[in-house]
Amino acid sequence: MRVRKMYRVKVQILPKDGVFDPQGHTVKGALEKLGFNGVKEVRLGKLIEILIDVEDESQLMVQTKAMCERLLANPIIESYQLLDVEEVP
Amino acid sequence: MKCAVVVFPGSNCDRDAFHVLKNVFGLDCHYIFHEDRFPPDEFDLIVLPGGFSFGDYLRAGAIARFSPVMESVREAASRGRFVLGICNGFQILTESRLLPGALLRNDGLKFVCRDVYIKVVNNRTPFTCLLEDGQILRIPIAHGEGRYFIPDDQLREDQIVFQYCDEHGNVTEDSNPNGSCFNIAGVINEKGNVLGLMPHPERCCEEILGNTDGRKIFESLFSYFTRRHDHEAN
Repeated sequence: MRVRKMYRVKVQILPKDGVFDPQGHTVKGALEKLGFNGVKEVRLGKLIEILIDVEDESQLMVQTKAMCERLLANPIIESYQLLDVEEVP
Repeated sequence: MKCAVVVFPGSNCDRDAFHVLKNVFGLDCHYIFHEDRFPPDEFDLIVLPGGFSFGDYLRAGAIARFSPVMESVREAASRGRFVLGICNGFQILTESRLLPGALLRNDGLKFVCRDVYIKVVNNRTPFTCLLEDGQILRIPIAHGEGRYFIPDDQLREDQIVFQYCDEHGNVTEDSNPNGSCFNIAGVINEKGNVLGLMPHPERCCEEILGNTDGRKIFESLFSYFTRRHDHEAN
C-alpha cells in the first residue's frame, strides 16, 4: 500500500522590485521614527502556510509551485519563494 | 441589446448596474450567478460589477477569477461580446488576464470615495465612440486597490482609454487618486471589446443623482452596437 505523507509548507509572497509598496514604505518611516536609522528598505508581503497531503516530496514541490503560479501570487506584481517544508507525522 | 450583470459573493454594485441597464436604458437585463455558466452568444454585454468579491481575500479579484461564470465570460469575450468591468470587475478582468496589468493597493493606503475627473484619451473604442478625445468626465470612484500597474512595454498606448486628470483635463500627479502609472483609470483589450475602469459610470446616469456623465459611456456602447447590428443586418 502506498503511504501518503502530510507536509506543512510555508510560502512567502513579496511585491516585486520596481513595484511601489506603500505599506513597506510606511512601516520603514515608523521604524526610522523609533530610531532605527539603519533601515534602508521594508517590503511587506504575505506568509501562506499550507497543510497538504501528497504522495511524496517531489509531488509536493510540483503542487506548491502550481498553486503559487495559478493563484497565490500574481507574477505581474509579486514574487514567491518556498520558505520551509516540514513533514507532519 | 441583451445584457447580463454577474453576481459574485461580495458584489455590491450589481443592483446599481442592473438598475441603470434595465430602468434607465430600458434594456433586457439579467443577473448571472457566479456559479452558473451561459452560452457564449447569449448576451451582447456582460458587466462585472463593483464590490468585494470573495472579500478581496488574497488579492482583489484573484478568487473570483476562477468562478465557473468566468469561463463563460472568457468564451464570450473571445467571440467578440462586450465585457465591461467596473472597479472590482476591472480587478477581476486583470486577474483573469482578459486585460493587461494589475491593480494594487492605493499609494496613499486609504480607501478613496469621491468624484474624480477622467479624460477620454482614446475615443476609437465602442465604449467611447460618442465622446471626444480630451473630453473630461466627472465620475465617482470608491476603491482601496485601484493603483494600476503594468510593466513597461506591455501596454499599447491606444489601450489606455481613460486617465485621471484635473477639472481642466491636465493629467497631473495631484489628480491621480491612487498612484496609477500614467494616471490610468481605464484600459481596453487589444481586440477592443473588453473595457475595465476603476470609476463607477453606473453611479452617475440620472439627473436625480446630480450627474449624468456616466451615461455617455453606456450610450457610446449602445450606439456602436446598434450601428454594427444594422450594418450586419444589411
